[in-house]
Amino acid sequence: MNKSAPLFAIKRRDLLKAGGALIVNFGFPAFASAQSRTPVAGPPDPEQIDSWIAIHQDNTVTVYIGFAELGQGCSTALLQVAAEELDLAMHQVFTTGLDTHITPNQGGTYSSSAMRRGGPQVQRAAAEARQALLQMASRQLRSPIDALQVTEGVVTNGSASVSYGELIGDQRFDIAFTGTAPLKDPSTYKLVASSVPRNDIPLKASGTYHYVQHQRLPGMLHGRIVRPRGQGAYKDGIKVLNINEASIAGIPGARVVRQNDFVGVVAEREWDVVKAAQQLEVTWELPDNLPGNDDLFRKMETGMTNERVAVDEGDVSIFSDAFVNSEFKATGPYQAHVPFAPNCALADVSGDGVLVMCSTQDVYNTRTSIANLLGLETENVRVQYHEGAGTFGHSCWDDVAQAAALMSSLAESPVRVQFMRWDEHGWDTYGPAHIGKAKVSADSEGKLLSYEYEGWQHHWSLIETSEQSAKGTPAAEWPPFPAQQINPLTLGSMYDTDNRYLLNHHVPGLDYLKGAWLRSPLDLSFAFVSEQAMDDLAYQLGMDAREFRRQNMSNYHWLDVLNGAAEAANWEARPIAANASTQGVVRGRGIGVGTHLASYGGAVAEIEVNTETGEVRILHLYGAIDAGLVVNTSNVENQIIGQLVQTASRMLYEEVTFNQTGVTSLDWNSYPIIRFEQCPEVTPVIVQRLDETPSGAGEEVMAAAAAAIANAFFDATGKRMTMYPFTHERVLAALSD
Amino acid sequence: MPELTINGAAISTDAAADTPLLYVLTDELQLQGARYGCGLAQCGSCSVLVDGVEIRSCITPIGSLEGKQITTLEGLASYYAAATGTDQQASTPLQDALVEEQAIQCGYCFNGMMIKGTELLLSNPAPTDAEIRQAMNGHLCRCGTYPKIISAIKKAASKTVVVNAMTGKEELA
Repeated sequence: MNKSAPLFAIKRRDLLKAGGALIVNFGFPAFASAQSRTPVAGPPDPEQIDSWIAIHQDNTVTVYIGFAELGQGCSTALLQVAAEELDLAMHQVFTTGLDTHITPNQGGTYSSSAMRRGGPQVQRAAAEARQALLQMASRQLRSPIDALQVTEGVVTNGSASVSYGELIGDQRFDIAFTGTAPLKDPSTYKLVASSVPRNDIPLKASGTYHYVQHQRLPGMLHGRIVRPRGQGAYKDGIKVLNINEASIAGIPGARVVRQNDFVGVVAEREWDVVKAAQQLEVTWELPDNLPGNDDLFRKMETGMTNERVAVDEGDVSIFSDAFVNSEFKATGPYQAHVPFAPNCALADVSGDGVLVMCSTQDVYNTRTSIANLLGLETENVRVQYHEGAGTFGHSCWDDVAQAAALMSSLAESPVRVQFMRWDEHGWDTYGPAHIGKAKVSADSEGKLLSYEYEGWQHHWSLIETSEQSAKGTPAAEWPPFPAQQINPLTLGSMYDTDNRYLLNHHVPGLDYLKGAWLRSPLDLSFAFVSEQAMDDLAYQLGMDAREFRRQNMSNYHWLDVLNGAAEAANWEARPIAANASTQGVVRGRGIGVGTHLASYGGAVAEIEVNTETGEVRILHLYGAIDAGLVVNTSNVENQIIGQLVQTASRMLYEEVTFNQTGVTSLDWNSYPIIRFEQCPEVTPVIVQRLDETPSGAGEEVMAAAAAAIANAFFDATGKRMTMYPFTHERVLAALSD
Repeated sequence: MPELTINGAAISTDAAADTPLLYVLTDELQLQGARYGCGLAQCGSCSVLVDGVEIRSCITPIGSLEGKQITTLEGLASYYAAATGTDQQASTPLQDALVEEQAIQCGYCFNGMMIKGTELLLSNPAPTDAEIRQAMNGHLCRCGTYPKIISAIKKAASKTVVVNAMTGKEELA
């Protein structure tokens, strides 16, 4: 028996008695039932139905879901899927917090995967449970299964009935998850493909939702990390030369916790530890190894790189002799996740085991990382997910979880660590910068003849700063993976041509800033370059931008998102830049398509450019998504709106700034994001496909919208932007070219 | 030992006078409305009303707040009812509208959105689009929910009740 299980069970009871809000994630009425599962080091066996579904005596059902609620509504949508297959009403289904001692391992909540990977798993588990329940009901009611009907978890043969709860309430199914149970016919769906209101929203509106920042552990100390303001080169990490501990002597109870170059402070009161972290005098070694913004792209392009041909089909040399061709090079900056609230984690490291509460998007992966950090077996580490502020990729959630574990271990006390604003802004794993070069050509009829793209960027960072500084683990990048480099999915797959060439220049990333996936990773940059080159072909041909794309597409998914966005915008055909001007305030419109890994996005932008001040206003964005089956239409509508607004923010305002020593964009003034007064009108368009499986709806409109904004700028002014964000200076420079 | 009035209740604390109000609310009173976002008064995460005016609790020392009425999200429905002379409900019209519009994604910034939006509706019960954007401009959202917040404020405005000074009767704004 695993010795850590009873420990945690006892701890949890103590906490509840103490009135702490430790494990309550959603405050559902049936949460107590959900906790009837004894916590045991997971993951629960995915081959057993009991790992997924528990039926309670009151005819409610707990669905154990391995995906993180990030504000995208997946905890509601996955319950819709389960309720649909089980013939339950939404008020009968509940879920529980993500927890390595409770919930199955469905992999991380990455790449819009909750519905894409999680939807079918939950659906098949629910169908299998339903099949078993009907078999039980058949025996009890002495009726063949075909003669049974289920409404809200009550099975009837027309004369007698029995509820799920009466059949199996709070007992185990003890059946294998074979995945062979019949699934419902999509044409009979009642809950799936509708806009069921989200479970979490009323709690979030009333202020009673418990974010990770609200969690408390008995007897805990408050902790803060102490690092240089703004990271330097990844390989250099953090180097402490001297710490003057006397500099915080006047702060009650404040003390330094340190392991090699990992430095933190702890205190009983939060304000004391905030003051201590700012007051502690530390002398750092601050190498000046970074290129800074000014030299970034030169260094990336001219330094040593690793080349890999991703696609080589046909013969792209046709480019030179084509009726029209376009060669377009442009760049995208480092951009930051910077969740609205900095990341926060709590840890209790004791002799018997470790409890970590944090906002990781992958509890099992974080458990492994914490176990490695502390030299423990994974089953002695329990990781719970608690929602923080929307992160849209890998922000500092692993870093802060490691920091909390280290500080708890060093302070020999439970510790809550909250990153400060400058920690989160300065020590993020940023969406990497990119240089792209597209070469495309077409014949006189507008048929695409060749598509070439080469791009420079580094990979994502593998080792967190807390581990790097505490244990001296060398910086390292992720191994090659499609989403972090040039890949045929996002580059050119929407257009038909026999001649393609894609070249990836991997820039070794250790000399640069830390990197990781930021919503629609690299896709914005790819589309910014690629779709402007395509637009230029249409411009040279005197063609309408939508028509040119339409006639080079044959895939119905792409056509539907292109047309969906265009029709929402009342797009009328005309040559690009027909009314372009560099005088006064000018308007333009643009169109674009893009993807992330699976789904399809199309967008139209209407913008206004003040050619005297360089100010760009995005007036209206239309975004269409084809994500296969959309389980919850309201959720996807929100996802599209969020993507459109974020894209406007990233195209106009967001850029990580850094000099040779480190990052200098450390707050909302130095790293501005879009505000109310700048927010465009938005029109979301959903392409619903009841007969397909969900393919993920969290990212795909962003690349399309970025492209549409860039193309609208050209339509308005007749000038191409070669770098975003579109600052006033860059706009004025482009206009004077 | 500073004495504070929070949601109508007298609170005494042994926190130092220079302690920002936010840390008293979150750590001593375990309130969940105001919450840390930046500590720099840049984002609106920690907003509360002080004598009816929205302020940033992360930079406001408690020593400056004695004798003032502090309203947090937890007391907002009660404050709204008193300010409009209406019966107290469990939530404000703006909170209801945010739920109806399914406006919230992660929801972390919504404390500030609800505090500031309520301040706006109480001073201007029928704001235009431009007035909403201007009033809310100091409140950031990372999820991109601005369009739905604007819709919700308009919806709440249509339900905001004011008392007609002439007749003494409740009317829609």
